[in-house]
Formats: sequence, structure tokens, C-alpha cells
Amino acid sequence: MASTTLNSKTPKPKLELRKYLSSPGLLFLIIVTQVPFIVAIYFSFTNWNLLRPTSKGFMGVSQMFRNYGRILTDNTFYSVIWNTLVLTISVVVITFVLGLALALLLNRPFPGRALARTLLISPFLMMPVAAAVLWKNVMLDSSTGLISYYLHFFGVNSFYAPQAFPMPTIIAVLSWQWIPFVMLILLAGLQSLPDSTLEAASIDGATGPSMFRFIVLPHLQRFIEIALLLETIFILSEFGIIFVITTGGPGIQTTNLPYQIFLEAFSRWNVGRASAYGIFAVVLANIIIVLFLRVLNKSDEVETAA
Amino acid sequence: MRQSKLTGNLLTVLTLFIAFAMFFPILWMFMTSFKTEAMAISFPPKFFFTPTFENWRVAIFESPFLRYLRNTVSITFFSTILALVIGIPTAYAMAFYPTKRTNSSMLWIMSTRMLPPAGVIVPIYVLFNNLHLLNTQLGLVILYAAMNFPLIVWMLRSFMLDLPYEIIEAARLDGANLWQELRQVILPLLIPGIAATSLLALIFTWNEFFLAVNLTSSLDAAPLSVYISTFKAAQGNLFIAKMSAAATAAVIPVLVAGWVAQKQLVTGLTMGAIK
Repeated sequence: MASTTLNSKTPKPKLELRKYLSSPGLLFLIIVTQVPFIVAIYFSFTNWNLLRPTSKGFMGVSQMFRNYGRILTDNTFYSVIWNTLVLTISVVVITFVLGLALALLLNRPFPGRALARTLLISPFLMMPVAAAVLWKNVMLDSSTGLISYYLHFFGVNSFYAPQAFPMPTIIAVLSWQWIPFVMLILLAGLQSLPDSTLEAASIDGATGPSMFRFIVLPHLQRFIEIALLLETIFILSEFGIIFVITTGGPGIQTTNLPYQIFLEAFSRWNVGRASAYGIFAVVLANIIIVLFLRVLNKSDEVETAA
Repeated sequence: MRQSKLTGNLLTVLTLFIAFAMFFPILWMFMTSFKTEAMAISFPPKFFFTPTFENWRVAIFESPFLRYLRNTVSITFFSTILALVIGIPTAYAMAFYPTKRTNSSMLWIMSTRMLPPAGVIVPIYVLFNNLHLLNTQLGLVILYAAMNFPLIVWMLRSFMLDLPYEIIEAARLDGANLWQELRQVILPLLIPGIAATSLLALIFTWNEFFLAVNLTSSLDAAPLSVYISTFKAAQGNLFIAKMSAAATAAVIPVLVAGWVAQKQLVTGLTMGAIK
């Protein structure tokens, strides 16, 4: 008994086993996230369609890429990729510009600042499908929407934005939700900038614009990268707002990759092709994820070096 | 000097105006929920009126709202518990017993949070169908636990690293075993961190829609987000005002959670990449 107490001052070999406490969690995560992906790869080589139960099966080595071939020779694919990129890039650019402007506005002491911040983060917290219902029915509806009412003063009658400008409508609603996200992260970046740095720069004669260009912006770079890459990853997966406001239409004008997968899987029940589309989505996301992890690693190095 | 004060005041007014404008649609929905249906669609819009609670009564008690709410609450609760139960030991091992692979494991954990759910929805649907998890709360509980696991591991690990190590060492010298160390030393100190992390997990789980709409449909399993999405077209006795009441009721818990957890929001949204 006494000897155990003495030994416990030095790390016991038994404690080394504690590193395996992470195993159940990691195992769970592998099963839930990696197994379906492997199954998706297999499905993408089959011609399985749930509407034709007999069609279930691996297509053979010579035929296994048929789903990919079909997708790549179909114009729908290029429209869907185009829509996905237009949507993602537009939202990221808009939210970056406005999110940065709002972060700068909030990064100064003024009465009501806490209230302004609280109001500003609210759109991001809102359940996306509820936000979509709000915009579709309460704000934009051609006869009962608040915005349509005010438009009639400008001679625009029974205007329904999701029909007239489908993609810009989706971009606008998504931007409304994501501006707070970018703002919050850039505000955290601005607030981590030491006052002493700004004072030193102003003593050295730096004024507003040059201070922003040479002191604030370089400091913000890491925050900007993290915010925009994370946002990109999540906007690439956007589904709910499109589902509610435009259902991918008119035609396929607002069909992005997740919505196309949803259509292939749950209205055409084409397991093979939906899985192949899914692989494209994973590849696209992984490109951004790799960039994101690189930024994280790089900033870790900067931190340890400093 | 006077000019800069004037500029300052103008900027303050501008900031407050933008904040109000961004919030206005939510406020408008909230106000609409207290109008009569006739008033809700009458123009010019009324900003001052005698509120009625009729819409809230109908939207909540004379609709399936409460059934879906119950599903959301239990799915959110159990998935967060499950993620904590497997996440706390993982975070503990990653914080106090790092190996050569810890760093890459942590990055891998984070990367799973960013995988597009659409990429794996088909196999999950087929697997769930075979495992009888389709249209069950358990199915979503498992997926949401996996969805929140990275958040929980990253945040709790960083909270654990912030704990004073002497306290943990002292407990070990006193002969505390793993369970006692966790139960009596680490977890009590970690309660604020666990609360903040759980609030963030609640926000993500409550709002999730893609997995929910594709894997559940019935009253027994589908969460509120699935119900709210059906308002894309007018639903039975729910018109604009009642729709607004239901949508407001559905978003209030998360708005409040987000307002309360404001300080941890940035850390949570970036999974601890920014503190």
C-alpha cells in the first residue's frame, strides 16, 4: 500500500493507458462518418435505383464509372456546379465586405454597443428554414409581403423576388444570415489587436487608411482566412433555404450540389447517381478543408514562434 | 476635435441603424404573430396595434407543434448527452496524454465536422433503412452526436488545458483514481465550459435540417425544423400570423441560447481555432 503511494509521484505505467480513453470517441466518429463514405463510393459504381429493385448491383469493372460518365456528359452537372460556385462565391464576397464593415463599426466604444451586437448576431442564430419561411411568406410574398408593399410605391406591382430573381434572392437571404458570422470572427480579430501596436503606429505617423492597410489588415489576415474558409465549407452544403424558398427552381436555376443530390436520391431514387454526385461534393469540400487545415497549422506555427 | 466627435456620433447612429435593420425582419415576424390574420395581410402595415394571443394559442396548441417540439427537445438533449459522454474522455486523453498523433487526430476530428452531409446521405439512408433507424429519434441522436463531437472535443480540450495542472496533480498524489479525478476535480471546474459547449451544440442541433428532412418524416421522430419547413406553402389553418407565431416559437430558444453564450460563440463557431 505504502509503496504504491510512493510510486505515484512518478508517472505510473498504468496512467499511460489513459491515452486510450480517446478510442471510443474516435471509433464512434470513424463508424458514423467514414463508413457511409466508403459505402457511397461503392454505391457510385452500381446502377441501383430504388424504383427498380432488380437493378441493384455492381456494374462490373468495365461499366463501373458509368454514373460518373453520365454525370459528366450531362449539362445539368455543369449548371449545378456553376450555381454552387456562384452562390458560394457571391455570399462569401458580400458577407466579407459587409461583415468587415460592421466589425469595424462595432470595434469602437459607444452607448448601445452590446445591444447592437446582440441584434446583429440574431439572423445567424435563427433556424435557417424559419428564416426562409420568414423571407418567403412574410417579407417577399407578392401580395402579402412587406417588401412587395413598399415596392408598389415605385410602380412595381405583384413582384415576387424568388420568381423574378431566384439566385439573387437566395444569395441575399443567405448573406443576411452569414454577415453576422463573418462580423463576429473579424470583431474578435480586431479586439485581439493590442492597443499598444496601434499607438506605436500612430506615433510613427500612421493615419486611418495606412493604419488599416499596414497594421490592421495583416493582423486580421488569419481571422479572415478562418472565417471565409469555414463559411465556404458551410455554404457549399446549403440546402434548407433553397428547399423552402425556390425548391431549386425555376427550372434548375437555384439547384446547387446538395439540392441536386437530394433530387437524385429522394425524388428519382437513383442511389448510384446520387452517390456519384455525393463523391463530387466530398471532393469539392475536401479541397477547402485542406486549405483550412493548412491555415490552422500555419497560424499555430506563428503563435509558437511569437 | 469637435468634428471627430460629430463623426463618432454619426457612426454610432449608423451602427445602431444597421443593427436594427438587420434585426427588423425577425422583429416584424414577432409583431406579426400578435396580429389578427386580417391585420397581418392588410396594408399599409400596422406598427402599433392591440396584440392578440389567439395565433399563439392556435399555432401551438391546435397544431402538431408540441409533438415536433418534443422530438426536437429529446433529440437535442440525448445527442448532446451522448456526445459529451464519449467526448469528455476523448478530450481528456487529448489534453493530458498527448501522443505523436494527437495533433493530427485533432485536425482529423475537426475535418469530419466539415464533410458535406449531402455526400453521405444516400448510404446513411440505406444503412438506416436496414438497421430500422429510419424515421426514428435514435437515428438522428447518433448523427447529431457525431456532428457535435468535434465541437465538444475541441472546446473541452482547450478548457481542460486551461485548468491549473497542480490541482489535478495534487488529486493524483492523494491517490485519486481516474473516475474520482474526473468526477471530483475536473468536471466541477469544467461546468461553465461544458455549459457553454452544450449551448453551442444545442444551437447546431436545433437548427439542423438536411439530415432531419431526409431521414425522418413522421410525428414520432421529425424535429421542429422539418415542421417549420412545411410552411413554405400555406398550411391548413396556419396563415401568415399563425405561421409567424409558430416560427417565432421555434427560433426563440436558440436566440436566447446564442445571446447567453455570446462570449463563447466565436470560439464555438471556429471550434476553438480562435479564442
